[in-house]
Amino acid sequence: MAVVFKKTEALTDTVMHYCPGCGHGIVHRLVAEVIEEMGLQEKTVGVAPVGCAVFAYRYFNVDIQEAAHGRAPAVATGAKRVLGPDSLVFTYQGDGDLASIGTAEIVQAAHRGEKISVIFINNAIYGMTGGQMAPTTLLGQKTTTSPYGRDKELCGSPIRMSELLATIEGSAYIERTAVNSTANIIKTKKAIQKAFGAQVNRKGFSLVEVLSTCPTNWGKSPVESMDWLEEAMLPYYPLGVYKEV
Amino acid sequence: MAKNLMKGCEAIAEAAIQAGCRYFFGYPITPQNDIPEYMSARMPKIGGCFLQAESEVAAINMVYGAAGAGARVMTSSSSPGISLKMEGISYIAGAELPCVIVNMMRGGPGLGSIQASQGDYFQTTKGGGHGDYHMIAYAPASVQEAIDLMQTAFDVADKYRTPVMVLADGIIGQMMEPVEIKENTGNAPKKDWATTGWKKGERARAVVNSLYIEVEDLEEMTERLQARYRQIEKDETLVECYNTDGAEFILCAYGTVARICKTAIAQLQKQGVKAGLVRPITVWPFPAKAVHDAMCAPGVKMALCVEISAGQMIEDVRLAVNGEREIAFLGHAGSRVPTAEEIAEKVLAMRGA
Ligand code: SF4
Repeated sequence: MAVVFKKTEALTDTVMHYCPGCGHGIVHRLVAEVIEEMGLQEKTVGVAPVGCAVFAYRYFNVDIQEAAHGRAPAVATGAKRVLGPDSLVFTYQGDGDLASIGTAEIVQAAHRGEKISVIFINNAIYGMTGGQMAPTTLLGQKTTTSPYGRDKELCGSPIRMSELLATIEGSAYIERTAVNSTANIIKTKKAIQKAFGAQVNRKGFSLVEVLSTCPTNWGKSPVESMDWLEEAMLPYYPLGVYKEV
Repeated sequence: MAKNLMKGCEAIAEAAIQAGCRYFFGYPITPQNDIPEYMSARMPKIGGCFLQAESEVAAINMVYGAAGAGARVMTSSSSPGISLKMEGISYIAGAELPCVIVNMMRGGPGLGSIQASQGDYFQTTKGGGHGDYHMIAYAPASVQEAIDLMQTAFDVADKYRTPVMVLADGIIGQMMEPVEIKENTGNAPKKDWATTGWKKGERARAVVNSLYIEVEDLEEMTERLQARYRQIEKDETLVECYNTDGAEFILCAYGTVARICKTAIAQLQKQGVKAGLVRPITVWPFPAKAVHDAMCAPGVKMALCVEISAGQMIEDVRLAVNGEREIAFLGHAGSRVPTAEEIAEKVLAMRGA
């Protein structure tokens, strides 16, 4: 029988723990497909975060290191400096990890022009710990630690990491994408290809920010979540390429 | 090789290079800046990598990443910076990664002083980071010993897949002494657990990780660590017994203070008092048996522990003798170093009392 579809080799057969309707599974698939299609599986070292993707080391079928919360870019730096320019080193981080506790590490990795690629999942909330406010949580958005909605006076406005990182000289490729539609999923895959390409071609630091869903902590169905991403997140977090050298 | 006059920090850095260390990640802090400065000049010349990290937190995590990729790697800092590294050290212990960390202790708590101190004994030997782990810690008393222990540190780290600390103080770091550095790169084992890019069929997929979400799995990991620690206690404990045979008075001290104790012992000798010294070279594992045997020998009348701290190692000394002998203490919290005269006077006063 002819094979019409095959799961990528760069994912293990382990059943993922992500909730129904969660964007993580989609992005894992895209990252793994790009690794395989670029023929880089044997040269890849991943770095998993703390957060919902903490078990990413079980899913990506490559050598991988699990980092402390927010420290993935530093761990990736250490690995990349040892493995050299022929390797592909990527981190996979959520918004609590990258945009809160790990801001020093992500900004400084970009500042050094560290030749690593970062897959940044922005779902506007802390998933693993049960729905607390993230730096990316929208104004007025209710979470378990902003029960009356995020208040600008109390905790400022949501942070736009792609825009921030694009101002840094060492950044070679920065794009924000989303997984709310087939078209955007295809664009996300292309963005990952470009980010990995920037690393392989030794251009500098690369990052793809993926706007993603967290139905569980948003208190929405998977379909409602896709709608909320489009209606609430897209206006505040415009998609597009923020840096390309 | 002829002996060269070298400053402690630079000698330690060169000893690391001669031990095959090619990766250094660090952040400036007094009094150890000569180590990163030396590394920044040497590493590019020998195909290695020196990187000044944005913080001690980042530096230790770069060490994690490099160690996870199979390299001989180190970082250095001083007390407040070591506090920042403690999170990473716990992860390194949990992920079973080998690396070397140098701590040139300065006075604390807080910003404290930039002078020498031994106030980080608790932090070094009793955890520092979270969880059930230990870190081998060598406490050199001279620049030559610091060099030799640096080289041992890399071998032992690789052998047991564990973080190893070289616990020195600002005096060792700044002192110049004639030293010899031997090349010693022969003992790095093959690291088939390292994340170097996975070719199927050659080995299992490498996962560097300290997360064991199931209770049973975590227990298996911690039991593995504990078994390793028992082995380390058995095989890697180092101690010097100086002048202890027939001594009526036993001193216990480590690092620079132990050296000062030797001067005090010579002064006491002239006054007809026979004193000896038991000097832990590894502060973890603590040489409990040697300390006990020296202090509880039949002819010994009194024992004194000397530290540049408010009294930290003395707790391990007291545990070692387990009530068989009373242990007196001489020390200063902060950075004031006890003098030989002060130690000799204390001994004479105790004797007269
Ligand atoms: S909590 Fe949210 S982000 Fe985490 S797996 Fe579930 S849906 Fe995904």
